[in-house]
Amino acid sequence: MSAHTLLAEAGCHIQHDCAFPAPGLNSFDFKPLFSIGSFDFTKPMLLAIIAMLIVVGFFWAAFNKPKLVPGRLQLVGEIGYTFVARSIAREVIGKKGDKYVPFLTSIFFFVWFMNIMSIIPVAQFPPTSRFAFPVALAALVFITYMYLTFKTHGFRKGIKNLVWIEGLPKPLVPLIVVLEFIQNVITRPFTLAVRLWANMFAGHMLIVMFSVASWYLLTPSALAAVAGGSFALAVFMTAFELLIQFLQAYIFTLLASIYIQGALEEGH
Amino acid sequence: MMAFLAEEGAQNPLIPDTAELVVGLLCFFIVFGILGKKLLPNIQKTLAERHDAIEGGLERAEKAQAEANRTLEEYKAQLAEARHEAARITEQAREQGAQIITEMREEGQRQRDAIIAAGHAQIEADRRQVTVALRQEVGRIATDLASKVVGESLQDTARQSRVVDRFLDGLEDSAASAEAAR
Repeated sequence: MSAHTLLAEAGCHIQHDCAFPAPGLNSFDFKPLFSIGSFDFTKPMLLAIIAMLIVVGFFWAAFNKPKLVPGRLQLVGEIGYTFVARSIAREVIGKKGDKYVPFLTSIFFFVWFMNIMSIIPVAQFPPTSRFAFPVALAALVFITYMYLTFKTHGFRKGIKNLVWIEGLPKPLVPLIVVLEFIQNVITRPFTLAVRLWANMFAGHMLIVMFSVASWYLLTPSALAAVAGGSFALAVFMTAFELLIQFLQAYIFTLLASIYIQGALEEGH
Repeated sequence: MMAFLAEEGAQNPLIPDTAELVVGLLCFFIVFGILGKKLLPNIQKTLAERHDAIEGGLERAEKAQAEANRTLEEYKAQLAEARHEAARITEQAREQGAQIITEMREEGQRQRDAIIAAGHAQIEADRRQVTVALRQEVGRIATDLASKVVGESLQDTARQSRVVDRFLDGLEDSAASAEAAR
């Protein structure tokens, strides 16, 4: 919720004969904070930059001068790093995945911190609920996927790797080739971006919804109970979002590593 | 589809905003650049060093243990071999001893047989000599006796020897028949 929508909604109340200001797509559009020519700098961009600064700052503080016996900050950083390196890269790709750990770690923490912006007071908006951010990252993952496929197998075998499944009955081959192509080349990058975006979008929408409703319904009447319930739900959703934010960052990174693994392996 | 999306304009959430796309990519590249080029290699090195410091000690201890075990095995093997060798030598000595005893026994037997044979030969020779001497002596005594009894000389050697020989042959025959009867 941006400051201006919050003010507008704060002014609207059930006692003032004002219809419920249901949050919609307008909750995700922001007036530019400032403009340079045709370039509008908006709040999601600012939050993405802040998320970037936090990730870089945190890891800088943790890993700039790493010690054999780690301090507290370094220990936390190491837990994060080994989580990606072991539970994602090693688990999915294997030993060959060590090369991609920096890429996966960057994706995981950048996405996660952008997601967390959703419940940070004042920020209270996940940049990943603006489609452009997931698209940017999914595009990078997709480019990596394609690059590795053709680099590992060459052009002909690379194409085969994308569309072919061994041991199919002959009549099924054309159908499966088309389906595999659609799945690997079109659906994968699209769903990768949409999954993250839609989750963060819906989560933010729910929190806004319950927050607005709890204020809108707050009256010295029986409705106050409903307002209280709504507020409790807003709090619950915030806590729930904390989990979703981590989970979506994890899933995004996991899928990225699965695609990389698919590109490196013979067949799939 | 595209027309529908275009109609929605800025309101369509599925059309990525170009400026945001650029900002998002830039932010990611900064994160990736700093983490990938500097910070993560840093921590990788540290983790490897720590692994070496902790596991290295364990590995060294394990190596020493393995070395000790190997030495023990070698020692045991050598010991077993030495025992085996000793047993083999003992056995060999025993066999050799037995062989020597057998040989010596055989040699003794052979010598004894030779001595006995030599003794027998000697006795036989002596007996013959004695027999011849005795025969002559008995002959002479007998003729002397006979001449004294008869009162005449029985010096005719030819007759004398024939009579004595006949007598003695008769004696030998009776001795031989007595021998056979016994």
